[in-house]
Amino acid sequence: MPTNGINVENRATQNWGKPLLIGIALIYMAAILLVPAIAVFYEAFHRGFGPFLEAVGHREFQNAIRLTLITAAITVPLNLVFGLCAAWVIARNQFRGRTLLVSIIDLPFSISPVVVGLMLVLLYGRIGWLGPFLQSINFRVIFSLPGIVIATVIVSLPFVAREVIPVLEDMGPEQEEAARTLGAQDWQIFWRVILPHIRWGLLYGLLLTNARAMGEFGAVAVVSGNLAGRTQTLPIFVEHAYKNYQTQAAFGAAAILALLAVVTLILKEILERRTQHKRSSAH
Amino acid sequence: MSIIVESVSKNFGEFQALDRVSLKVKDGGLVALLGPSGSGKSTLLRAISGLETVDSGKILINGQDTTNLDVRQRNIGFVFQHYALFKHLTVRQNVAFGLDIRKRPRGEVQQRVGDLLELVQLTGLGDRYPSQLSGGQRQRVALARALAVQPQVLLLDEPFGALDAKVRKELRAWLRRLHDEVHVTSVFVTHDQEEAMEVADEVVIMNHGRIEQVGTPEEIYDNPATAFVMSFIGPVNVLPGHLGLFKTLTTQETRNSNVFLRPQDIEILEQPHPEAIPAVVARIIHLGWEVQAELALPDEHNLTAHVSREQFKSLDLRVNQNVFIKSKFAKAFPEVEVFR
Repeated sequence: MPTNGINVENRATQNWGKPLLIGIALIYMAAILLVPAIAVFYEAFHRGFGPFLEAVGHREFQNAIRLTLITAAITVPLNLVFGLCAAWVIARNQFRGRTLLVSIIDLPFSISPVVVGLMLVLLYGRIGWLGPFLQSINFRVIFSLPGIVIATVIVSLPFVAREVIPVLEDMGPEQEEAARTLGAQDWQIFWRVILPHIRWGLLYGLLLTNARAMGEFGAVAVVSGNLAGRTQTLPIFVEHAYKNYQTQAAFGAAAILALLAVVTLILKEILERRTQHKRSSAH
Repeated sequence: MSIIVESVSKNFGEFQALDRVSLKVKDGGLVALLGPSGSGKSTLLRAISGLETVDSGKILINGQDTTNLDVRQRNIGFVFQHYALFKHLTVRQNVAFGLDIRKRPRGEVQQRVGDLLELVQLTGLGDRYPSQLSGGQRQRVALARALAVQPQVLLLDEPFGALDAKVRKELRAWLRRLHDEVHVTSVFVTHDQEEAMEVADEVVIMNHGRIEQVGTPEEIYDNPATAFVMSFIGPVNVLPGHLGLFKTLTTQETRNSNVFLRPQDIEILEQPHPEAIPAVVARIIHLGWEVQAELALPDEHNLTAHVSREQFKSLDLRVNQNVFIKSKFAKAFPEVEVFR
């Protein structure tokens, strides 16, 4: 009987405790995430599509979009190749410094992006270590596309490797060994055995890499020099326009970035479902 | 195709996995590498396959020195303990994998895959995915996949290790029949002495990276070469040799050594016998078709004996009963190392 009493009491606590906790979480999320996101879209569109399209049609705006797309188009393939190589080396080998390598790959997550930008200025800037050399061959890194790309590559470096390592570890080396005993060359093993296995994890990593590449502000802001129409990526354009009271342009660009985030989120959800489905059906 | 291993050594850091191992497997043979875990049996198999390189020594397959050949060029078939099937491919695509890699014509591939699925009794399951098969079925797919490329030798690493007891028994009888049909030189690794004895023509017993004995199951059972072999092949009683209890052994043999005696080689008598010694029944355990009797010798040593149910009944054994025991077969070894 006493046990029963405790049970009833517990259930009663749960009855109002659970909805309360969920309610608090929802209100919290709404206050710090949902309402600001809605505000961005409201500001961008509350005067209708006309002003939005006008802002989007502006040359500086279009240049910012173009630069953002170019940066992402260079960054994503670079980090795809690097991430795959790093993931395979880490998942398939035991060597001294393995954990150190994993921490180094994670470093961009723990360093402030502004510091990343400053590191690049110190290295490639006019008075930086490589400055005189770069000037002698007339190649600009800082305040130019190469600098923006390097900064973006660094800050979005960990995503692919982080997503692929656990999938590769879960897969184990046996399927690759089996393919070798059946005569498959390394590239055949990659295309026919490894890639089909890691594809969802890899795609998810690429998605996150792309989102970060398009959305990065801090590191890019330090190296870009903020030259309107030339070295402004979309996030930098947003900040610049807002500070110059071009509210419509700022919120238009912000809405586009926010939309990118929403699309990323939806794709991520779909991918996670697929991966989970794959995992559960494999066992 | 024959396999010759000549004085092969392999170290993993400080650990010596193989210590100058030499072995000959004759064409068409079915050989078991038997030993406890860490004995080097899997490393030897992987060295033959080329999945593992060796530090020194030579490996010849069909007379050709393959020591420095890549696994892809050795033309071997390999079956893994956990099947290692390609999870994203169907049964048919799994079996066809090696043929597709070799760019064989479509018709030939289909024909061969069909034949192999029939051979491993999986016709009709070709369009399933590995996750939709039982463990035994998966291992048969793995076998068909390995055989598809017509390997010179077939290597199996604990092929039944991940299966439950019943399926394991069925599959090993089936592997024996399959080998009689296909005749490909085969080497399999196991830690189960019963499995090795049942399936193989020849058993190689390994311990600490060395080969202890090579022989047919009968030779190994009747004439174990070392104390380790005798203690690894089933349960055994070990008694100090100086007891001089066993008149089947000469005093020369029993001085400074241990006497090894299997439970089923102990005969229990009710009456004294010139070759028998007295003992007291300390405990009786029913094992089903056999009865295990713990016997106390006058000098406080204990022995385990197995008798059939019929013998047990006719002797009418009881705890604390005085009996006489006689050994049908015993061996003395100077070494002290035994498998526990």
